[in-house]
Amino acid sequence: MSDTIDKSMICEILGSIAPEADFSTLGGSEDLREALDLDSMDFLNFVIALHERTGIDIPEVDYPKLRTLDGAVLYLSARQG
Amino acid sequence: MPALGADMEAGTLVEWLVKPGDRVKRGDIVAVVETQKGAIEIEIFNEGIVSELVVPIGAKVPVGSLIARIGDTGVAPPAVLQAAKPAPSAPISSPPKRIVPPQPAVIAPVGAMKISPAARRRAAELHIDATTLRGTGVDGAVTVADVEAAAAAVAIAAAPSPRKAFDPAEMRKAIAAAMGRSKREIPHYYLTHPIDLSLALSWLERFNAAQPVSSRLLPAVLLLKAAALALREVPQLNGTYADGVFQAGAGIHVGWAISLRGGGLVAPAILDTDQRSLPELMSQMRDLVQRARAGGLRSSELASPTVTVTSLGDRGAETVMGIIYPPQVALIGFGMIGARPWVVENRVEPRPAVTVSLAADHRASDGHIGALLLSAIERLLQEPEKL
Repeated sequence: MSDTIDKSMICEILGSIAPEADFSTLGGSEDLREALDLDSMDFLNFVIALHERTGIDIPEVDYPKLRTLDGAVLYLSARQG
Repeated sequence: MPALGADMEAGTLVEWLVKPGDRVKRGDIVAVVETQKGAIEIEIFNEGIVSELVVPIGAKVPVGSLIARIGDTGVAPPAVLQAAKPAPSAPISSPPKRIVPPQPAVIAPVGAMKISPAARRRAAELHIDATTLRGTGVDGAVTVADVEAAAAAVAIAAAPSPRKAFDPAEMRKAIAAAMGRSKREIPHYYLTHPIDLSLALSWLERFNAAQPVSSRLLPAVLLLKAAALALREVPQLNGTYADGVFQAGAGIHVGWAISLRGGGLVAPAILDTDQRSLPELMSQMRDLVQRARAGGLRSSELASPTVTVTSLGDRGAETVMGIIYPPQVALIGFGMIGARPWVVENRVEPRPAVTVSLAADHRASDGHIGALLLSAIERLLQEPEKL
């Protein structure tokens, strides 16, 4: 339920949604939807997986904060603390 | 071999999920067929007892071919038939069984079997029952090579059949065939209409605020439901056209266009879309997306759409002009949802909006009918609580 929140955990989740993605070239401030070609359903699955892995409740209004790797780490760390 | 859409000419049988003697009922999944759209689970529409599996695993047969016989009575199938089929009736996850493929030759009595000592040892190592083998050595003696060939055959027969997702090149061919036919045969007409989504999206926001992450809805669900309900009012756009005649659909089974990673598109049906609740539609959409990507769509889902709906979501282009998937007569397309300048009481203000488009078959309807559909969709989206 409460894995360490870091980029590798987030990339692992993204890897299950976009298996062909190369995360070594993914910048921390890139829009994940653009960089990984995530559609609305992919992004929702990403949020659901983040919730399942961290136990953190993520209201819909906060979804935009999860659109980059850096943003997601920052947001989830703050919510967990 | 069922036709799973207008573009399918043949399918390869990759897995039987029943065997002779099994009782089947309508809706049971009896086989898995490899198509250009990936592996598809074949459902049966009869009830009865499987009496014969006609097409062996690995065979590619044209649409319309007999693949199995279903009898009405409970008479056990002849033993020879059972012996002839290495039917993998076990669940896919179970460890592979060692089945020796049947040999056409008459089996020699055990006592009279000729086998070299080396072959006998090899058979023991490989867990092969040498008494079932036909020897190719002197006087029909079983050789090491015979044993090893049999072991290789066992490995192939027992290997869990991998569910292939889809081959992008094959998928491209399927799309090319269907869309080429559509543009050759169907005189399309197109209409577009912008729709204010402020009421729909604020309703959705309130609904989602009260739901856990996994139960939240996407705006696409509202669009899908509104389109399905509008088709009830305008049934001329829900159905198929063949041999110069429009045939209204027996239900509203929306083919939901799913874009596949790696390139490709498939539009499996959500049966009775108009009768399902929004949460039901959401879970169906999620399930379809997952199965479309993993290769687990069912034959009824591919064969039954009466209309297609596509939605570009929150990224992409403002408007989509679709190509009708034959023999359907309409495709409803929702562009990207975004803020647009909107005139409200002689003032311009930003509103979240979507442009809905209709591509329809002019042989089956006229633009007036199409306009009725788009205005019905607009009206329905202004009362989201009723969707």
